[in-house]
Amino acid sequence: MPEDLEKIRKRVLAEGSLKEGGKRVRITVHLGTCGIAAGGDAVYEALKHEIASSGRDDIEVLVSGCAGMCSSEPNITVKIINEDAVLYRDVNAKKMRKIFEGHVMNGEIQTSHALARIKQSDQEGEDHYA
Amino acid sequence: MPDKPPKAEKKENRTKKKVVPYLEDVPFFSHQKLIVLKNKGIDPESIDAYVARDGYRAAAKALIDMTPEGIVSEMKVSGLRGRGGAGFPTGTKWEFAQKAKGEIKYVLCNADEGDPGAFMDRSVLEADPHAVIEGMIIAARAIGAAQGYIYCRAEYPLAIKRLNIAISQARDYGLLGKDIFGTCFDFDLEIYQGAGAFVCGEETALMHSIEGKRGMPRPRPPFPAQQGLWKRPTVLNNVETYANVARIIFKGGKWYSGIGTETSKGTKVFALTGDVKNIGLVEVPMGTTLRTIIFDVGGGIPKKRKFKAVQLGGPSGGCVPEAYLDTPVDYESIAKVGAIMGSGGMIVMDEHTCMVDMARFFMDFIQDESCGKCTPCREGTMRMLQILEKITKGRGEPGDIDLLEELSEVIKDGALCGLGQTGPNPVLSTLQYFRDEYEAHIYEKRCPAKRCAALLKFEVDEEKCISCGLCKKRCPVGAIEWEKKEPAFIDTHKCIKCMTCITNCPSDAIF
Repeated sequence: MPEDLEKIRKRVLAEGSLKEGGKRVRITVHLGTCGIAAGGDAVYEALKHEIASSGRDDIEVLVSGCAGMCSSEPNITVKIINEDAVLYRDVNAKKMRKIFEGHVMNGEIQTSHALARIKQSDQEGEDHYA
Repeated sequence: MPDKPPKAEKKENRTKKKVVPYLEDVPFFSHQKLIVLKNKGIDPESIDAYVARDGYRAAAKALIDMTPEGIVSEMKVSGLRGRGGAGFPTGTKWEFAQKAKGEIKYVLCNADEGDPGAFMDRSVLEADPHAVIEGMIIAARAIGAAQGYIYCRAEYPLAIKRLNIAISQARDYGLLGKDIFGTCFDFDLEIYQGAGAFVCGEETALMHSIEGKRGMPRPRPPFPAQQGLWKRPTVLNNVETYANVARIIFKGGKWYSGIGTETSKGTKVFALTGDVKNIGLVEVPMGTTLRTIIFDVGGGIPKKRKFKAVQLGGPSGGCVPEAYLDTPVDYESIAKVGAIMGSGGMIVMDEHTCMVDMARFFMDFIQDESCGKCTPCREGTMRMLQILEKITKGRGEPGDIDLLEELSEVIKDGALCGLGQTGPNPVLSTLQYFRDEYEAHIYEKRCPAKRCAALLKFEVDEEKCISCGLCKKRCPVGAIEWEKKEPAFIDTHKCIKCMTCITNCPSDAIF
């Protein structure tokens, strides 16, 4: 059984990581109760709509729990392959569309809505992952 | 105007790219150390995502390679203490239950988080439910339990949904159920939903509630480790405690005891709320000072106001004034300044908070939630609330403070359970640090923080008034007269004392 755990771990790490030819972008919507109360569901819907109308199939959407800073909710994290992830704050449907268009489609970090960048090395590690 | 920069320069300033800082350079994140919250970015509805973060490897280690005694001794080495508030050493608690005689034993998780302003357990359950389940499996192995219950309040629907998904995934993977990891060890889990009574967070009341009885406490001893749920030996820990267990078993008790202070090991999750810029969930190593949490992590007090006090531990806790802001968070240091560590609620209050009104709020809560079984709590909290209401309404009398203190002592000594025994704490700690505010209410009929409407005149200090007209704009009953460049005037016959003008006045001119 522990071998199975190890197998699952390796498989998920292999499948889950972004790669060329597979998923290249991962967008995490932080939907704890606090995120939902701040309007996170509308952000999530807007994101799904944007992805569908962009026609891209290399974008993965992840729903997770609270990122920690509840007063900056709704939060999303945009991770593009081989780049630092960016945590955005106070997102709404309109800002979500702007971030999608600017950052995901054109690679320009939307600095006015960004809270922090997460170094590549930290993203799969233990500490400071938002 | 000569001061204005030329147009081109202004435009350049505006379009100049703001540099996005790295997470470790943002004070909110940089002072944190994540053990309990380390998985907050993963998909909580996927067991695979948890396994990829070394999930269930600690359970495998505990079941296959360790003896129950070995698990307990590792927990004792770690120094982990109960995160529900009282801070009892977890390893010792498990040892009692392990040594207790009995074929059937139970493992319980207290997820009945009820303190006003506390949301640590909810966030952990919503972000990383498997960590709690894994901690419970390890506890079950340590004491020899085959059944566990998670007592979660019904007000947390998302937490319950994600927990249910996690439990069924763990069953599918054979991590719950019969013969886990092929070790002949059986353990299964169920969620029991609480119906909203605060007292059910007390351990004996919680067990009564699971048994289908009315949620009321009973005297201890016997302690749950000897006679708990259905009179069987039982271990009860809170969500955050269990969320620490898997990391301790995986990385070793010694690693864990290297974090924190001499008597309080590891990290503590706080729900930082109130008059503070960054509201949120913060996990800091034990020993971090209150000042660091409030002013670095929390970013300080908004609206350029002054810090007044921080309330720790909810209705069982107390408040800490500015003079003790350099107190490190550990169980003993916090108790020394008159508060308690509690489950992690941390409410920051600025100068506009009336401490008498704050004490009244918590007493109102305690009085409402008192189950009524024992007289000191049922009658005493009611009397204390009546006195506090009287004081905030301007009818305080000499002798009220003494009576409050006397009642507090009687309730603390005589109440049956923790709810009553700690209920007077908010009153006692505000009396300790802010006695002058009580005295101002009683003897001068004045509320220094200007929060108690009955003690305010609703007049405008013409020297302080900046003639902005905000009060007139916000007044819902049109009681304020104001002309440009003139000070405002409040018609007290029309005024309904709703406080809107006082809350909105930028120059603090209404008294």
